[in-house]
Amino acid sequence: MAYSDKVLDHYENPRNVGSFDQEDQDVGTGMVGAPACGDVMKLQIKVSDDGVIEDAKFKTYGCGSAIASSSLVTEMLKGKTLDQALDIKNTHIAEELALPPVKIHCSVLAEDAIRAAITDYRSKNETETAGYDACKPAA
Amino acid sequence: MERQPVYLDYSATTPVDPRVAEKMIPYLTQLFGNPASRSHAYGWDAEKAVDTAREQVAALVNCDPKELVWTSGATESNNLAIKGAANFYGPAKGKHMITVKTEHKAVLDTVRELERQGFSATYLSPMENGLVNLDELKAAIRPDTVLVSVMLVNNEIGVIQDVVAIGNLCREKGIIFHVDAAQATGKVDIDLAKLPVDLMSFSAHKTYGPKGIGALYVSRKPRVRLEAQMHGGGHERGFRSGTLPVHQIVGMGEAFRIAKEEMAEENARIRALRDRLWAGLSGIEEAYLNGDLEQRVPHNLNVSFNFVEGESLMMAVKDLAVSSGSACTSASLEPSYVLKAIGREDELAHSSIRFSVGRYTTEQDIDFAINLIKSKVGILRDLSPLWDMFKAGIDLSTVSWVHGTESHREAETAAAH
Ligand SMILES: Cc1ncc(COP(=O)(O)O)c(C=O)c1O
Repeated sequence: MAYSDKVLDHYENPRNVGSFDQEDQDVGTGMVGAPACGDVMKLQIKVSDDGVIEDAKFKTYGCGSAIASSSLVTEMLKGKTLDQALDIKNTHIAEELALPPVKIHCSVLAEDAIRAAITDYRSKNETETAGYDACKPAA
Repeated sequence: MERQPVYLDYSATTPVDPRVAEKMIPYLTQLFGNPASRSHAYGWDAEKAVDTAREQVAALVNCDPKELVWTSGATESNNLAIKGAANFYGPAKGKHMITVKTEHKAVLDTVRELERQGFSATYLSPMENGLVNLDELKAAIRPDTVLVSVMLVNNEIGVIQDVVAIGNLCREKGIIFHVDAAQATGKVDIDLAKLPVDLMSFSAHKTYGPKGIGALYVSRKPRVRLEAQMHGGGHERGFRSGTLPVHQIVGMGEAFRIAKEEMAEENARIRALRDRLWAGLSGIEEAYLNGDLEQRVPHNLNVSFNFVEGESLMMAVKDLAVSSGSACTSASLEPSYVLKAIGREDELAHSSIRFSVGRYTTEQDIDFAINLIKSKVGILRDLSPLWDMFKAGIDLSTVSWVHGTESHREAETAAAH
């Protein structure tokens, strides 16, 4: 299997490896994939009060392309709003890393991880907001 | 120049021993005759060389040289033995065969082909240690069982099957017994004068000989018959036609001569290296040995490293030439069917490495391998969410995993709210 230089670079020097505390209110966690399928990605985002992704971290069990896809995604996410983050498509990831066709699923998984992390963050904060909003008059 | 990776893949193939190469060369240039040429010295010299080589191969496995048929390798030997015996004995005896799920593809695919031609087959699951359960074999034997094929040494996990017990069972029932011994020569003693085996396959390139040459042992006492698979000039007593590749045959002969002479000493040295490797690797947490450690050839070690993914592990250890338990040539990552057959779950089967030590392996090579594996497994585990979960005491088998498409759907419904 020939890997592109970009994949090798991210694989050998993965960016933003690590974890945030999953319980923190400003953290969204997405875990996608399954061990039996050969990839599991855990992507976490830390979101500022004004809805911008300040930081992102990942841990990935998977092939070189899966590791590179998640590493790349953490770089792409930083500084984006949640809505901008949702615009990241697997094709961007695959193109950027020059993934061969058999590895496209790695980029799909990375996109899924972004969505899962954002969903997690939003569901955490929505309930919270709903609690405060209860006192406000309906819009 | 980039440094060559350290070669620890002697079960895939071996380099030709320089002593072997030296013996072969004259048979390419000056002594190029066709051993079937009966009318001149070129032919006679070639024939003599072939006879010598046949004696050398026979000496290693203690059979009569007349019981050996030259082939292009163990793949062809397996084809000739299984198809040849099935086709010869099938019509009278019956059309059922028994083999094992952990056999080499050269046996499994040959049996599959015979199934397409109207034979039926039982594929035994070995026990967890990789060995055939004799009771299960006994139970699988039917009145119409014509052939049993069980390998002597497994190519992935190196376990040695009890071919004496299996052979005795077959003799009792009048069943032809074929043994693929491609991985066994020079590693375990083979005494065909005593072994209850009818057909045995050999290959030169696993034992420091050249690729593209092998042999099939066809027992004369009791006399075993085969239907030829390659027709032509009637070479090799009609078992296998085709002009003999004399230089290859000379190489196989010399390689097997050296094996006979040196195997006792060599195996002691190689076993010590293998044990040194296992001593180093077994210290890694969640590292599992695949296959029985005792009933095993001295040069093989097969280890699974839990919570690291196989392909990235292979990428990480590219300074080692080793084999992986997963074949990632195709779109779907297929875990080793051998490891699955001995009951390893997919994750462990994927993250396995076969190390095979050989004639030119040094202690430094082993220490290099240990250090590299330790450090790379450590790095990959630091990257692995599964390792974190394991360390947090989570039983991964109880986790409900979100598959890509499912999480996609969830995300979409969430966004639609
Ligand atoms: C057990 C076994 N049988 C058969 C073969 C095929 O041998 P050859 O390469 O000589 O055809 C191999 C080697 O790949 C093997 O390990």
